Amino acid sequence: MNTTTKSKRMDRRNFVSMLLSQTPEALVVTGLGSAAYDVFAAGDRRTNYYLWGAMGGSTSIGLGLALAQPDKSVVVITGDGEQLMGIGSLGTIATKQPKNLTIVVLDNGHFGETGMQQSHSSLGADLVAISKGFGIKDSESISNIDECQKVVQRIKAKSGTAFIQVFIDSNEPERALPPRDGPFIKNRFRAALGLKPF
Amino acid sequence: MENKVTMTSTATSVPNWQKDIFNVLKEGGVNQIAYLPDAGHAHLIRSAIADPDIEDVVLTTEEEGVALSCGAWLGGKKCVLLMQSSGVGNCVNMFSLLKSGDFPFFTLITMRGEYAEFNPWQGPMGKATQGVLELMGIHVLRVSRPEDAAEIVSAGYDAAFQAGEKVAVLLSQSLIGRKKWERN
Repeated sequence: MNTTTKSKRMDRRNFVSMLLSQTPEALVVTGLGSAAYDVFAAGDRRTNYYLWGAMGGSTSIGLGLALAQPDKSVVVITGDGEQLMGIGSLGTIATKQPKNLTIVVLDNGHFGETGMQQSHSSLGADLVAISKGFGIKDSESISNIDECQKVVQRIKAKSGTAFIQVFIDSNEPERALPPRDGPFIKNRFRAALGLKPF
Repeated sequence: MENKVTMTSTATSVPNWQKDIFNVLKEGGVNQIAYLPDAGHAHLIRSAIADPDIEDVVLTTEEEGVALSCGAWLGGKKCVLLMQSSGVGNCVNMFSLLKSGDFPFFTLITMRGEYAEFNPWQGPMGKATQGVLELMGIHVLRVSRPEDAAEIVSAGYDAAFQAGEKVAVLLSQSLIGRKKWERN
């Protein structure tokens, strides 16, 4: 079997916590499952939008939001499985190149929510090459938590769309469940931006 | 290729109902127009690309547009999704986001598979389009006469962005006209 193993990987919770603690102003959209738990575990924020379904949609939500709020940093934090389902959205994002959008894929090479089956990412697919191929030039992978600072700087700089594949351990930390109430998280997100109800 | 682009962008060939629809969206303050192309949307797409106040977003699959539209609303903007009836099938699970997240949604759908259709592969999804939309909780309006386009599109647009409804306006295949299959 064609499997890709990275010898060096980092702890997902440590990485997400370190990243978000230094980007308090960022608007955050998560993929469903572990990525949402990681973001919630790092500290709930009014400007976090957590998915509990709509698999494959996180990056497109991030694009709509980034175009709508060009002066704010938008960060999508998702997993390899969710990104793979919405892989074409990287092509769409590349056509727009919003300067304020950073996509962070927490990649353990597995579908963590459903029994840790291997994903394409550990069966031969190279997400950075795919992202670059779609036209997101600033695409790279990191496997050392010391490199978190580079991601923080990119998010703050708002100087171009970035795609960051973060190699993480395939452990399953304790679940930290964000609100499942979609209208609640939508309304508080909009209120935090000063938007009025219709 | 260059010739084709020039030919299709000739303004004189644009039906008035297509111009009316763009005017409704423009007057309604649309901020983003996401699309998979179709002949019936050609004028809207060209107009969106030409308008500096509208973000035009070409998609790889229609479900991206559902999610994009929700992201736009999270950020305080209005997005309209343009697609063909076949694209509705690509969106089904993503429509969950509209209901679970309670987002306004407005889409214009050019119909295939219902009138003078030459391609049998358009039939199954075209005939199921309205049913699929309704099963997923989307209110369906339809334009069949050119003179009704502005009023019905405006009614759907307002229901979406003033009442938070999820609305699809189907543009009948008879309105769009027979597809010219043969290329010269």
